[in-house]
Amino acid sequence: MSQPRPKQPIPYNMRDAFLPGDAACSGCPIPMGWKTVHAALGGKVIYVIPACCSSVVVGTSPGHSLNATVVHVPFAAAASVASGIAEALEKRGITDVHVVAWAGDGGTADIGLATLSGAAERNNNMIYIMYDNEAYMNTGIQRSSSTPRGAWTTTTPVAGKAEQKKDVAKIMIAHNIPYVATASIAYPHDFYSKLQRAKSIKGFKFIHLHAPCPVGWRFEPQYTVKMARLAVETGLWVLYEYQNGKITLSGPSRPYMDPSKRKPIEEYIKMQGRFRNITQEILEEIRKSVELNWEWIRKFM
Amino acid sequence: MGVRKALTGNHAISYAVKLVRPEVIAAYPITPQTSIVEKLSEMVESGELDSTMIRVESEHSALAACYGAALAGARAFTATSSQGLLYMHEVVHWVSRARIPMVMAIVSRTINTPWNIWPDHSDFMDQRDAGWIMAYAMDNQEALDLTIQAFKIGEDPEVYLPVMVGIEGFILGHTTMPVEIPDEELVREWLGPRRQPYVVDGGSPIGVGGLTMPEETEDIFHGIQESMEAAKKVIERVDKEYGRLFGRSYGGLTQCYRCEDADYIAVAMGAWSGDLMEAVNTLRDQGYRVGVVRIRFYRPFPHEELWRYSGRAKGVIVFDRSISFGGWGPIFTDLVTGLAAYTDKLPALSNIVTGIAGVNITSEDFEKLVKRFVETVEKGGKPVFFEWFKKR
Ligand SMILES: Cc1ncc(C[n+]2csc(CCOP(=O)(O)OP(=O)(O)O)c2C)c(N)n1
Ligand code: SF4
Repeated sequence: MSQPRPKQPIPYNMRDAFLPGDAACSGCPIPMGWKTVHAALGGKVIYVIPACCSSVVVGTSPGHSLNATVVHVPFAAAASVASGIAEALEKRGITDVHVVAWAGDGGTADIGLATLSGAAERNNNMIYIMYDNEAYMNTGIQRSSSTPRGAWTTTTPVAGKAEQKKDVAKIMIAHNIPYVATASIAYPHDFYSKLQRAKSIKGFKFIHLHAPCPVGWRFEPQYTVKMARLAVETGLWVLYEYQNGKITLSGPSRPYMDPSKRKPIEEYIKMQGRFRNITQEILEEIRKSVELNWEWIRKFM
Repeated sequence: MGVRKALTGNHAISYAVKLVRPEVIAAYPITPQTSIVEKLSEMVESGELDSTMIRVESEHSALAACYGAALAGARAFTATSSQGLLYMHEVVHWVSRARIPMVMAIVSRTINTPWNIWPDHSDFMDQRDAGWIMAYAMDNQEALDLTIQAFKIGEDPEVYLPVMVGIEGFILGHTTMPVEIPDEELVREWLGPRRQPYVVDGGSPIGVGGLTMPEETEDIFHGIQESMEAAKKVIERVDKEYGRLFGRSYGGLTQCYRCEDADYIAVAMGAWSGDLMEAVNTLRDQGYRVGVVRIRFYRPFPHEELWRYSGRAKGVIVFDRSISFGGWGPIFTDLVTGLAAYTDKLPALSNIVTGIAGVNITSEDFEKLVKRFVETVEKGGKPVFFEWFKKR
């Protein structure tokens, strides 16, 4: 078997992106994501962050640990505040600054969905990154519409979540915006190149970043990247880009078009405490929804 | 100098905004506010006004977008009413606590349920603890003047707070009066470049609104309270400057009408103050020495001025067009608290809550209520402390 080509290191200096004093849990996917964003966009970024774990991870005022401008906003307001900033920058002739709305799945798929949809429809100039840790972690692991079927949370404490995971990337594709992509914190090169692409496009760009949370998913903190990778290797999380009516499968997901190449989803699920009580029946349903998702993706390729 | 036009209150506000030329306008339609943004959209699309319009999907987003724009160094404007204002309430607090100046027009409409589009002051009063400078106009000319002044006041370094300007929906909002529109160049020159305490434009990395320890947060809130106090002088100064430049001065936080020599003071806010003044004219003809103190600014609250005018008075009657359920009218509550700071011998006091949900109150109603109050006090009786005056 041939060895994969060694990848160029992503050009960033850890201390350029991150200053000491962040308040992330160990194994948190958020700083991992920010490092890549910083590498791709540099320091001239205005992050617009609604209520979520990230608002805490940056550390307490008056300092903060992210080496960029951070604007904290109400839970439902990320995309609209970012719209205002983007329009004002444009009016003031400032063109070298990126406005990045950075929000959790709750702030994106639930309370902020109308706001997100509004900004997307207006095609306001920003990169909207939904980091998806699949629950409301900041308030202590409650279910969101992006929590997968069968997962334990504190508001689905006995039976697990009864409903499917809401697919926000698909919703964004339906908005006909210039760029939609999925990404994973386990594949920083892929995320990096997607950010590069997003950065070169004017208008609304949406990136759905899969971000396993050790605290909420109940796994050991050293396995965050492994968990994110398993989601891709099992075909549960598919990395792609959508532009001009077409989906392009991203490198890391390409092998898994072929179901026989995918790892069994049990491998992903059994490592997480949140799926401890999952039934065979629900497992089958998840398997089916994975197939349906691949079928859907194939249609646009 | 200026030109005169027949304008509705809403369009008077649109014209004021046109003179100011904020870089960003964002708003969401709601009756009776809608014609403000319709007019502004027309101005923007016809090229008369070079503002960017963000056509948002909700009021929460309207104010949020204005917040973002103002943070990034732009003058920003929005307008709303009633349910829309309640829906954006979270952001209302957010903007003031970030100390970001901007201007919002409130075209008052009562609060649901049930559906009702007529005005009272309940939507405006619902914002009273939010840390905004809160002004309320009496006629269309003042609506225009206050909207322009609001930018000057909010952006004063002693203030650095957002400002809301209220008018009653339909009563002013959709009623046409002659309005003088000042010279655009003069307005722009007077306002000068945008001023704000800090700018978010990617220049140097800063954090806005992050997690803060209780003591620091308290300092921020206390700073707003101190700026409210400082705003009183700024409001007076701005009113005087405006008078010098544009020929109209209103008198700071309040307007005093025949109150210098008055034995009795009637207090009100908004368009119906005019009806009250008319009632007072009639009462004066009948020998009752009554004056009107009209609230122009509800926040900061004009307690010193109210004391100045009513300290000598035998009685003060306050007309509130909203109710703090389980309490009293908000103006009355503030007024009594304010007077108590200066004296322990309060004049006779009466609070009439009326005109709720748009019920029409005429100058005859005011005349009757004020006369009854004065006569009761004159006869040595105790006037009603609180009454909900209903027309049926
Ligand atoms: C209007 C409003 N409702 C509720 C909250 C409480 N709240 C803060 S963060 C949060 C959940 C955030 O979840 P998510 O967006 O998924 O981000 P995460 O915390 O998982 O990073 C909630 C419910 C709030 N801040 N504002
Ligand atoms: S709870 Fe999860 S997402 Fe939140 S800070 Fe901790 S590890 Fe990060």
